[in-house]
Amino acid sequence: MSAPDCAELKAIADRLRVDVIEMTSAAGSGHPGGSLSSADLMSVLYFGGGLRHDPKNPQWEDRDRFVLSKGHVAPILYAALAESGYFPVSELQTLRRLGSRLQGHPVRGKVPGVEMSTGSLGQGLSMACGIALAGKMDGKDYRTLCLLGDGEMQEGQNWEAAMFARQYGLSNLVAIVDRNRLQITGNTEDAVGLDPLPEKWKSFGWDVIVIDGHDIQMILDALERAYDEPTRPVAIIMNTIKGKGVSFMENNASFHGKAANAEERERAIQELTGAVQ
Amino acid sequence: MKIAQRNYYGKALADLAGEDPRVVVLDADLAGSTKTSDFQKVCPERFVEVGIAEQNMIGIAAGLAASGKVVFASTFGIFATGRCWEQIRLGIAYPKLNVKVCATHCGITVGEDGASHQALEDIAIMRALPNMTVVCPVDAYEAYAATKALAAMDGPAYMRMGRADFPVITEEGEPFRIGVAKVLREGSDVTLIGCGQMTAMCLEAAEALAQEGVSAEVVNMSTIKPLDSDAVVASVSKTGCCVTAEEHSVIGGLGSAVAEVLAESRPAPLERVGTMDTFGESGKPDELLVKYGLTSGHIADAARKAISRK
Repeated sequence: MSAPDCAELKAIADRLRVDVIEMTSAAGSGHPGGSLSSADLMSVLYFGGGLRHDPKNPQWEDRDRFVLSKGHVAPILYAALAESGYFPVSELQTLRRLGSRLQGHPVRGKVPGVEMSTGSLGQGLSMACGIALAGKMDGKDYRTLCLLGDGEMQEGQNWEAAMFARQYGLSNLVAIVDRNRLQITGNTEDAVGLDPLPEKWKSFGWDVIVIDGHDIQMILDALERAYDEPTRPVAIIMNTIKGKGVSFMENNASFHGKAANAEERERAIQELTGAVQ
Repeated sequence: MKIAQRNYYGKALADLAGEDPRVVVLDADLAGSTKTSDFQKVCPERFVEVGIAEQNMIGIAAGLAASGKVVFASTFGIFATGRCWEQIRLGIAYPKLNVKVCATHCGITVGEDGASHQALEDIAIMRALPNMTVVCPVDAYEAYAATKALAAMDGPAYMRMGRADFPVITEEGEPFRIGVAKVLREGSDVTLIGCGQMTAMCLEAAEALAQEGVSAEVVNMSTIKPLDSDAVVASVSKTGCCVTAEEHSVIGGLGSAVAEVLAESRPAPLERVGTMDTFGESGKPDELLVKYGLTSGHIADAARKAISRK
């Protein structure tokens, strides 16, 4: 079976967005905004060959590792894992419920396909460094990807990890920053500004690729270039729109950590399924 | 004879280098002090210098462990536990990853560096974490044996060691089992329970008490979690009262752990020797032990008080 083309990956991304809206709405809480902004990336990773993975064998030794440092967007990860076959899609409706393995933030060992426990920001990149370093030590050729929020870059531990990755030549490590420019209090630049973000990563010795995070082809190309980098770790900074795909959630910080109510849910799904057609 | 525990920690790591290819050792610019440098010398390819970035070290340790490594991560106790508490909680304890956080320079006998460097709360905050094993060896030989035992055990653990030379009270090569207390001296009037170098002081106190005709039982409680509660109950059932001694705050450490067991299973008078809800200060280790109430004399006084409360 050939890999889906860009249009198909776009359609899958919108399917994942619908899952996000449905599961967070059913839960009555969760983080749709950043889930929607990273949906196109997740489609490329799990359906477009971005990650070397096997949903039927989550512990496959040579799989690429994906660490969700911005653990609050667990819904988009769960959607990608379920839709690609790690567990039944129907289980998504149990998100955040008592007894569900789909915890509010991802937990290693509970859900197949979840590599590390995250949720407290600023820690995933360090974990990804450890996984990438183990790969180098063992002569494995798997790649380690880490998705970070842009607001999360305010956590200093990320920069400790960035220095470390360069020092140890972790060319098998790719950090992807979802640059949607919004955090809970509003614009990242009004909180504690991150610009110029690409230059910060460059000054830490990383190769940096800046892309439109809603352009499937650009995501594919950026990953290809990142995987070819022979010596340095690579940061892909994806400029994105928080809440992408749902008009009233787009660029709206209030949907960072709030689920759609019943009426909003209907409108959102209408907009997203309209886009699919 | 007195030997620093960290010397035998380093020796154990160096021995593990050849015994277990999964072992990886991390340090944060303190390898010469923690003695992980002994491992680095024999196995540089599996030694990772992370720089002065302890939180990052713990995250890296988690990632390595998730990839099948047996990870030892070392720095001074206050940084290892205080600065990295949440990294340990989320990255290691919650997913039960195979990382051993092994700290040196714990307790007041860090000495001249002062309160900023004297971890007196580390047992309390590590013990509070689900899935964590907490070990506080009594001397250098036990630190060696405990390091080997931790390497053989699957799961998260914290090991606490000192900086200074501590009295040696165990035999080299003596078997060590995590979670099993040892009665070092039998007695019938009071139970003295120690961890770390305070166990040696419990033995000294027992000797002094014997001169007065008081028979003290001494228990080496070098695993604080899981606590050998059967050993506590068995000894106190015999003696009727108890003293704990630790180079740590009386809040949350060994004394608290023993108090929990006694209160729930075998109520008896308990006196806790430890730092009394206070920070330390600069000074020579021996001066600090006296000033902060951590000598065999203080243990003996506590024993007399416990006996009087029976």
